[in-house]
Amino acid sequence: MNMRGAPEQLRRAWAIAKKDIRIYYLKGPVLIFGVFMPVFLFLAFYLGGRELPLAFLLSGLTGMALFFTSTAVSPAIFPWEGQARTLERLAACPVTIEAIVLGDMIASVLFGIGVTTVPLLIALALGLPLLHGVVLAFAVLLAAFCFSALGVLLAVPPTNVPSNIMMLSSLLKFPLVFISGIFVPLEQLPAWGMALAVFSPLTYFVDIVRYSFTGTHYFPVLADIGALAAFALVFTVAAMVLHRRNIPWRM
Amino acid sequence: MSDVIEVRGLTKVFGTITAVDHISFDVREGEIFGFLGPNGAGKTTTTRMLTGVIPMDSGSVRVLGHDVRTDPVPAKQRFGVVPETSNAYVDLTAWQNLMLMGELYGVDRARTERRSHDLLETLGLAGRSDQKVREYSKGMKQRLILAMALLHEPELLFLDEPTSGLDVQSTRMILSMLRALNMDRTTIFLTTHNMAEANRLCDRVGIIRGGRIVAIDAPEKLKSATDRLHRIEVSFDGEIPAGDLASLDGIAGAERTGDKWQITADNPDQAIRSLVGFSGRHGAAILTLQTLAPSLDDVFLKLTREKGP
Ligand SMILES: Nc1ncnc2c1ncn2[C@@H]1O[C@H](COP(=O)(O)OP(=O)(O)OP(=O)(O)O)[C@@H](O)[C@H]1O
Ligand SMILES: [Mg+2]
Repeated sequence: MNMRGAPEQLRRAWAIAKKDIRIYYLKGPVLIFGVFMPVFLFLAFYLGGRELPLAFLLSGLTGMALFFTSTAVSPAIFPWEGQARTLERLAACPVTIEAIVLGDMIASVLFGIGVTTVPLLIALALGLPLLHGVVLAFAVLLAAFCFSALGVLLAVPPTNVPSNIMMLSSLLKFPLVFISGIFVPLEQLPAWGMALAVFSPLTYFVDIVRYSFTGTHYFPVLADIGALAAFALVFTVAAMVLHRRNIPWRM
Repeated sequence: MSDVIEVRGLTKVFGTITAVDHISFDVREGEIFGFLGPNGAGKTTTTRMLTGVIPMDSGSVRVLGHDVRTDPVPAKQRFGVVPETSNAYVDLTAWQNLMLMGELYGVDRARTERRSHDLLETLGLAGRSDQKVREYSKGMKQRLILAMALLHEPELLFLDEPTSGLDVQSTRMILSMLRALNMDRTTIFLTTHNMAEANRLCDRVGIIRGGRIVAIDAPEKLKSATDRLHRIEVSFDGEIPAGDLASLDGIAGAERTGDKWQITADNPDQAIRSLVGFSGRHGAAILTLQTLAPSLDDVFLKLTREKGP
């Protein structure tokens, strides 16, 4: 990031985030999808008659809710704005590409956290004890950044057709859910499953949520946090570098 | 006067097409510079490189003293852009679009609101500011985009065909705004197809064809350079001897058509002086006198049709 005038660029990133929220997030269908999808997923789980403890299910649900909502809209913003030519407007303004990427991330973080409070409230309403609230809050924030950065990174392929990007990102997002210890506890995964699970940032987040509610965890909590932070950093830097390279293509 | 835009060897290649081919020119502080050329000549590509929207392949551009390639943000902070295709956020209202511009340019809220009020008023959008831009007509969108480009009071304004497809009213409103801005010392870089507009508005024009600049000068100078022989149409209130007219200084030939004389002049200034003297000597008052200089259209067609620049 261009460090000269960084605070000013940060303020402008916030302006971009507000614009994103207003235009892309505060829309009826997006909100309904964001709130109801986790709820329905949960019901599907819960009523599916699986013999898994409630705390396990709710941790998985929280993980999925944050993951899906943080990556739901962010991959489509660059293609949308490229198509609508508003990206050209932003490119002519005194904002760096890094600030645009950061703005898209911030909007996605806020949306993800906002929607994820729903399953968390469900968990508390169902009487689950919250053992490590501070750790959970920190992990939600960190993971929201991590997943949002992944969402913006998924927008890198140079196409201005949002549905192409959405298809591509679904291809990547759904498999991740299956290797992240949501449906099957990590300790029950076969070796090859574990080998895949360590490459999913969602694994570490779900592990922390589980720890927050039950006190049990697979990886050390600091390792979970470290891994999430590392993924967040790599995704953010990659998104900024690759968008800087590809943005002229969208004009 | 210093140069606000300095372009040297600017080049852009798209695949096999060299859209902009080693062009160099300067735009001076306080002038209105018209950038003319036929469709596909490279006007938009040039404008987008000057404004840092697309990268250049080679060459250099300095805008307001900043290298656009290495240091674009401070330059962008000081200029405004009205691009070729309308690009306000259609899901936001006009007012919200202007507030967003204020934030993106780091203008404080009070000043943003004050400027927005004034600009919407001047551009005739005051009553419609809380309407989503999606519901705007083309002319309204274009006026809003001009307002968005002007919000931060830029010293330099780029406009890519700002009046194309607009009705007379919107066109007038935009052009008179540009003139007023220029009076306040805003430098203006304008691409257009409209020769009459360029002729009336621009201090200098550059003509681009096939990615190369074929001429740069003041419109009047371009016209006189294009056609050496000017035509003058004159009528007198009495009879005058034909032979005498043709032999006057600066006049190459004279021909009578109806109640007027068509004069071909190799030196229009000398010819007009001679005609005035002539009318005095013969006691025949001049009723009408028109110089029919080549129009910018003629210059444009000639320069953009010629083979090779
Ligand atoms: N993104 C792009 N990809 C490929 N070719 C392009 C692209 N943009 C422009 N060109 C080509 O570059 C050339 C110059 O185009 P440009 O849009 O600059 O012309 P222009 O002078 O603005 O024309 P007009 O008067 O029609 O707006 C054209 O041949 C065009 O096809
Ligand atoms: Mg053009």
